[in-house]
Amino acid sequence: MKEKEIGLLLPKQSTMHRFLVWILIILMSVALYLVFIWSPIEKVMGNVQKIFYFHVGSAWVAFLAFGVVFVYSILFLMKRKRSYDMIAGTSAEIGVLFTAIVLTTGPIWGRSAWNTWWTWEPRLTTTLILFFLYLAYIFIRRMDGAWEKKARLAAVFGIISFIDVPIVFMAIRWWNSKLHPIVFGDSPNQSGGGIEGEMLVTLLFCLGVITLLYIVLLQKGIYIEKTKLAVENYKKHIQEKLMK
Amino acid sequence: MRALIKAALAITWKDLYAEWKTKQVFSTMLIFSGLVIVTFSFAFDPTNNTVRAVIPGMIWVITIFAGILGLNRSFISEQYNDSLHGLIVSPIDPSSIYLGKFLSNFIIVLFVQMITIPLLFILFDYKMNGNLLLFLIVLFLGSVGFICVGTFLAALSANSRSSEMLLPIILFPVISPIVIAAVQSTRIILIQVEEIESLFSWISLMAGYDLLFFVFCFFLFEFILEV
Repeated sequence: MKEKEIGLLLPKQSTMHRFLVWILIILMSVALYLVFIWSPIEKVMGNVQKIFYFHVGSAWVAFLAFGVVFVYSILFLMKRKRSYDMIAGTSAEIGVLFTAIVLTTGPIWGRSAWNTWWTWEPRLTTTLILFFLYLAYIFIRRMDGAWEKKARLAAVFGIISFIDVPIVFMAIRWWNSKLHPIVFGDSPNQSGGGIEGEMLVTLLFCLGVITLLYIVLLQKGIYIEKTKLAVENYKKHIQEKLMK
Repeated sequence: MRALIKAALAITWKDLYAEWKTKQVFSTMLIFSGLVIVTFSFAFDPTNNTVRAVIPGMIWVITIFAGILGLNRSFISEQYNDSLHGLIVSPIDPSSIYLGKFLSNFIIVLFVQMITIPLLFILFDYKMNGNLLLFLIVLFLGSVGFICVGTFLAALSANSRSSEMLLPIILFPVISPIVIAAVQSTRIILIQVEEIESLFSWISLMAGYDLLFFVFCFFLFEFILEV
């Protein structure tokens, strides 16, 4: 009980989290099996096409993560609870991570599919802008000053930057339809032909697994933030004790 | 509503008067724009005919780079003698501070544009043959969007000690839609007149952007200025 008095009460990882981690390990192995062994090899692209399952999954999780930032930024401005700020900050970091995965797997795919690492194709441009927007968000969180101020400013920026995303998408579509023809389908199912049934199953499975990965990472991130806070409080406590 | 506008105009007047007395920001922005034009003249040979293609981009690069210099100053200068706290505790709506700062920044950028764009045309020997009225509308809409977001984010970054470094990093991604739209529509007006029918969608995008971000910044501004 003494630890509670002095403020060093390290947060406990819930059993739910441990359970999810084990589930994730099992499902991730299944996903790897589905992607590399079970699903058929694509006729034109060959093995490179397998990158597609993780690429699409990461892109979806990035959007989900930024949506979570937006929702919790609004909630923070209304309720001013520190846990909301923690969720938004952690989610933004995970979102940047997954956007980075999208931006690295994309060119690898593009190199073999389009014979170039990078084109200023609308979807690529918007994803790059998204990446920079949330890097800027993290920069604001790394500012000096009290956490309330940083959390408030980051929340405001989280809202402002999220309304930018649909505008970027719309602008690029106008640009594309008026000046350039659409040359590339983003995925095999857009450029006609349709997607193989087994591929679709694998894709949906991968989407689910990567979403679970996001949830686990979010829980872990919040746990780390809470631990940091507890250690900070403990440091303050010791400093006060020494001053006396 | 009237009190809000009155307070905003008072802040605009104060800023412009202080600027008139020192001419510090305005002259810095002008000299900087001139240097950018000189650098461009090295990068793209002005006697070459293909240089026409880069003029629309140059107009906006000059506006945005010079604008950032002014935006950085607009809230930092309030921190001497703690004037920013004075503004916060004064009995006015926080949104009127935003409105006032927005107007003064906008007017300064407009003056800079009025000098630099003709200068650019003269130095690059470019004859304006597009529709002048449409060109002015595009300039206006683009600058409003840029300054509207820029003033807001300048206030945000003024909270940090390293605000000069922070502002460009957080500003460029957010204004990317308006920069894309402004450059595209300027290009259509000045060079590709045959694509004039697609101009309307770009202009409506800029108007929509201006409106949306102005409303959001106007209402979110009070969260930035809390002590």
